[in-house]
Amino acid sequence: MAPGLEPGAAIGKPLVIAGLTRRFRAGKRLVTALDGVSAETSAGLVTGLIGPDGAGKTTLMRLIAGLLRADAGSVRVFGTDVRADPLAVQGMLSYMPQRFGLYEDLTVQENLDLYADLQGVATAARPERYRELLHMTGLAPFTARLAGRLSGGMKQKLGLACTLIRAPRLLLLDEPTVGVDPVSRRELWEIVDHLVRKAGMSVLLSTAYLDEAERCDEVLLLHEGQLIGAGRPGGFTQAMAGRSFHFRLPGRSKRALQAALATVQGVTDAVIQGEAVRVVLEPGMAPEAVQLPGFSGLTITPVPPRFEDRFVDLLRARSGARGGIVPVAEAAQAGTAETVIEVSNLVKRFGGFAAVDGISFSVRRGEIFGLLGANGAGKSTTFRMLCGLLPASSGRLQVDGFDLHHAAAVARGRLGYMAQKFSLYGELSVAQNLRFFAAAYGLTGARRAARLDWALREFELGPRADVTSRDLPLGFKQRMALACALMHEPDVLFLDEPTSGVDPLARREFWRRINALAESGVTVLVTTHFMEEAEYCDRLVIMAQGRILATGTSEELKAATRSASLPEPTMEDAFIALIMADNAKTVEAAA
Amino acid sequence: MLARLLALVIKEFLAILRDGKSRAVLIGPPLIQLIVFGYAASFDLNHVPFAVYNQDHSAISRDLVADFAGSRAFQEVAVLHGPERIRALIDSREVEMVLDIDPRFSRNLLTNQPAPVQIIVDGRNSNTALLILGYANSVIADASAAWAARHGAAEPPARLEPHALFNPNLDSHWFIIPGIVALLTQIVTLLVVGLSVAREREAGTFDQILVTPLRPLDILLGKSLPGLIIGLAEGTVIILATVFWFGVPLNGGLLQLYTGLFLFIAAVTGIGLMISSLATTQQQALLGAFMFMVPSIILSGFATPIANMPAPVQALTLVNPMRYVLVVIRRCFLEQPSFSSLSLDYAAMAALALCSLTAAAWLFRKRVV
Repeated sequence: MAPGLEPGAAIGKPLVIAGLTRRFRAGKRLVTALDGVSAETSAGLVTGLIGPDGAGKTTLMRLIAGLLRADAGSVRVFGTDVRADPLAVQGMLSYMPQRFGLYEDLTVQENLDLYADLQGVATAARPERYRELLHMTGLAPFTARLAGRLSGGMKQKLGLACTLIRAPRLLLLDEPTVGVDPVSRRELWEIVDHLVRKAGMSVLLSTAYLDEAERCDEVLLLHEGQLIGAGRPGGFTQAMAGRSFHFRLPGRSKRALQAALATVQGVTDAVIQGEAVRVVLEPGMAPEAVQLPGFSGLTITPVPPRFEDRFVDLLRARSGARGGIVPVAEAAQAGTAETVIEVSNLVKRFGGFAAVDGISFSVRRGEIFGLLGANGAGKSTTFRMLCGLLPASSGRLQVDGFDLHHAAAVARGRLGYMAQKFSLYGELSVAQNLRFFAAAYGLTGARRAARLDWALREFELGPRADVTSRDLPLGFKQRMALACALMHEPDVLFLDEPTSGVDPLARREFWRRINALAESGVTVLVTTHFMEEAEYCDRLVIMAQGRILATGTSEELKAATRSASLPEPTMEDAFIALIMADNAKTVEAAA
Repeated sequence: MLARLLALVIKEFLAILRDGKSRAVLIGPPLIQLIVFGYAASFDLNHVPFAVYNQDHSAISRDLVADFAGSRAFQEVAVLHGPERIRALIDSREVEMVLDIDPRFSRNLLTNQPAPVQIIVDGRNSNTALLILGYANSVIADASAAWAARHGAAEPPARLEPHALFNPNLDSHWFIIPGIVALLTQIVTLLVVGLSVAREREAGTFDQILVTPLRPLDILLGKSLPGLIIGLAEGTVIILATVFWFGVPLNGGLLQLYTGLFLFIAAVTGIGLMISSLATTQQQALLGAFMFMVPSIILSGFATPIANMPAPVQALTLVNPMRYVLVVIRRCFLEQPSFSSLSLDYAAMAALALCSLTAAAWLFRKRVV
């Protein structure tokens, strides 16, 4: 018998994981990336490894691929222990890491050749394999193009093709869809489905997008290094049947309604979805039983459960914590017509390439406005121009009456800015960061003291005031970044991918604060590639290739896509429909 | 305005001092270089290995060989009995010099005729070869004088009476170690300032401070002041080590010394900021810093005299701040220079500081806004 081989049924299982534990040292903190995880997957299925950033997904992948050693526990791939015989395991699987190592200065074909050489694929077998992979990924017309010149989605597909050059029995894909536009995301999923159905491959795919869970055959839910659920996604969703509803109250602020609902006993979850508030109730609770003093005449409609509902339900059950109660003062007059951000015919060129190609939109005071688009759509460039970080090539833009690129420094004092990845001074402690930004915004004396006190209290950072901020968990980094951005009580708040990677509860808490700010009259501009987040916005624009494809409320955008075959389109459906229509127009124009 | 600047400076110090790696950059390389240069780098030659090919076989010639072997500069490692191995010994670097004494040496001496002695040196390192010849010359001159005194022969008509001012023993450490003050101050200042903006760009904090009401000038000052302070502190530590550890006398005024050091660090800070505003990553900044550092050391007169360089290269040294500060530092250590005698060097560094800081401010605005 080969070493590490176990007789019996386990040989047929692609993965048998038992008591897997792995710790890392991050600064002064010992982080338990995986904490006694035990799981199994079935052959010939797509298994989703689902969890927010920092849940331990990549660590698990690397342990399976034999790139890391476990502190405790074991991994068996088709019955072979990874620790006992890593080479045999690596011969059975292919691993595509988050940033696949494509050689950007080589063409698509050269990249394929290189990986075929590295994997020792016989020369005779290559033409057939290449043809198959190129056909499957739709890259056949681009074999002579440099990999560096491909779009994000195409790069991912090429990475996948290189990973598949030698057909593995088990395919590990680490967040293949992150940052990829919805159309490419769909295509990637089709490839994965094809591999499983046609080639009988077993796939383990990690993702932080909860909506992707429903596309998997089975899922493993990972949170803070622990497995909190496993099974068929339908089972997760089914457990939530009859607990999800839309609450509507026309004429009243949806944000006030959401804030009120979130605090009601018996409500598990309440998030804004377009014009309605989507509520998940505790088991056995009838929607009519929801007591909401001050809100009469509610329309309540049942809606189908989602995977995310179950995740939130599980997390709430684990933590037992509920969002603090933040009474949201309803705006004195909803939707004052005052325009705070005005953009017309804005263009930004880098050399001959127009990253932003003549866009126009306007944002009113107290509005939450979204810039939605995939990586490379031009939303970050637009965002940076609005903040004054980049000069515009042409066109007009005004924020609170100023073009911040040219305005005096004082004008920037009305602006709050939270960067992607929550970038703050990692070496400084929480309190030192807050003090620095208070001073940078010119706060002095009593006001400074009061605001510092507010930040530590409001964001529950007090107990961690002396922690070096690099060592903070992601959720706390996000809170600190928001605290720094709000230190000077800005009129306009810019948020760049504000909740990317944080868990659903942290995201809800974040949006609870943003909603309260918007109700108090702060104008919020947010970029996101996260379709779900678009629902929280009052209005949004969808961007692709530097242009605006559509502007409106999320309901308007979704309604435009509604058809007989698609009675309840999601934001992603709307997005894809817009891009398809745009592509068709381009083709027509070219013809 | 002042409060904001103070906040920036405090932030900068915290970012450097709380980070283990940045702290190491401030302490590690300077310490290593101080030891390396302080102990290892010297122009003085000791124990030059040499071979003797004595064809004379007399007491007189043996005395001459003993004079060589007994001097601190030379060490006898081989005795030859024929000319064949001379080439091989020099080729293999076993000896750097061969003392070849002519068969007629003692006979000629005793008959008051010029007595030939041949010195063969390894000319591959011309600098060392010249030094060896100089030492050998003085050994032979001393031996001739002693012979003349003992045998009542006529003294040579002219006699050299060397007397070195400022450094009576011509100890090359007195020349090299004060130079290290300039060298290390430049390295540390350049790294601290040069990497700071790039580090913030990488972390994304640079955007974060650009959207605050801080003006580019505030940010520029907030980046330069810590560089100045750290550079001066580093310089002080090395000056203290030079005086109290290596025992090099500091004869001149501290005020003259620190005026020069301050102007130098200001100029280097400007250069560091220029590198910083052009680099987008710390790696680029590091390459940029070294691209400046290496030529600036070679063109400073730290090791080789500027006067020996070809005219176009000499012209190039005029824009190198280190050239001037080396003059100021060396003079302050060995002489007691007045302010007015240093005024040209001060003026040149002040002008370079003004240019580099202005250029940095311009690049900074252009790159960030």
